[in-house]
Amino acid sequence: MRLIVHNMLSCNIRGVVNKFPLRIEPEKIIVKEVDFNPDFLKHMIAKIDWKALVDGARSMGYTELPDHAPDTTTLESDEPFLRKFHHSLLELHLEEGSLVCSETGRKFPVNKGIPNMLFHEDEV
Amino acid sequence: MANRPELLAPPEIFYDETEARKYTSSSRIVDIQAKLSERALELLALPEDGVPRFLLDIGCGSGLSGETISEYGHHWLGLDISASMLNVAVEREVEGDLLLGDMGQGLGLRPGVIDGAISISAVQWLCNADKTSHEPRLRLKAFFGSLYRCLSRGARAVFQVYPENIKQRELILRQALQAGFGGGLVVDYPHSTKKRKEFLVLTCGSVQTSIQTGKNECDEGCSEDDFSEDEESGMVSMSDRNRPRKRQKPNKKGKTREWILRKKEQSRRKGNDVPADSKYTGRKRKSCF
Repeated sequence: MRLIVHNMLSCNIRGVVNKFPLRIEPEKIIVKEVDFNPDFLKHMIAKIDWKALVDGARSMGYTELPDHAPDTTTLESDEPFLRKFHHSLLELHLEEGSLVCSETGRKFPVNKGIPNMLFHEDEV
Repeated sequence: MANRPELLAPPEIFYDETEARKYTSSSRIVDIQAKLSERALELLALPEDGVPRFLLDIGCGSGLSGETISEYGHHWLGLDISASMLNVAVEREVEGDLLLGDMGQGLGLRPGVIDGAISISAVQWLCNADKTSHEPRLRLKAFFGSLYRCLSRGARAVFQVYPENIKQRELILRQALQAGFGGGLVVDYPHSTKKRKEFLVLTCGSVQTSIQTGKNECDEGCSEDDFSEDEESGMVSMSDRNRPRKRQKPNKKGKTREWILRKKEQSRRKGNDVPADSKYTGRKRKSCF
């Protein structure tokens, strides 16, 4: 699971208010190279919850991201930032570990890079 | 397929390890899935600006449809309920991210993050009640509601479905409408039993672009049922497949020219290669033939 997906996943349990983001408890992280495409990054940056990305990256061991995303106007020329964004969003993979709902503490295990988001009958 | 898989077992049980491997190693299925995915991507009408998008593949299975998405240069997230199918996807090293989840429980994705969604041969599974606690209508509601929310404005969802009957198709359409979607049904090759494929194209938000017409063998537009969001015209008129009512059997004198021409026309509609009609068609031959 990459951080781009983590940035979109929320906890679907009935009654939970604080659904997003899920906390990452990593056990195994791998890095897989992906082609750098600034167009895609510029397209995605508007949709990304920046704080969740920074916290998620930190829990995966990557601390290079700035606390705030730069202005969209300066984004064109800011290649070092785009590279860091690219690496954290698309190249860090959580292979084994869990995602934890901050409100209920419910753990969603991640195996072989696949989070198990199947809810029990009484949860939804 | 002799039997519909949906009638045999719930998807997470039907698609066990053996079935998952069988499915993915069948070259016929791989080929069909690739074609269906390409058509679905076409119907998504993504802007042709060369910018990769982030798409959702619902019921991604072993990643066959996902591979087509990657070929077109987009990133994707695949959701499936069968762990065995997803394991095959991992083995095949698909480029997309995978999620083990039940679409009938809601997608659980943040609003506006998805640029488009496709689903190949999966949504009809929602119409079956596999557990006593399942109520298909509620599951469809949870699915369409959560899908509508996570799609960005102007994004589309294209589902290739195999509905069991008209009632199922209506159920799916009605729930999609209620969730706020607009759109229509695109049918390719409506007259051919083998080639006929249905695509439900759903649109989100106020962008009004025309829905493409379905394909048929002469590339003419064909049966397309538009439905709008407002309640009054919420009635969706569905017609069953066109069956030629009039049957012309060969009469006692033998196969007449009219009968031959009718049969050739039928074959042409199905998409077969048929020699052109000429003055020689149905002409009486010498007795040695």
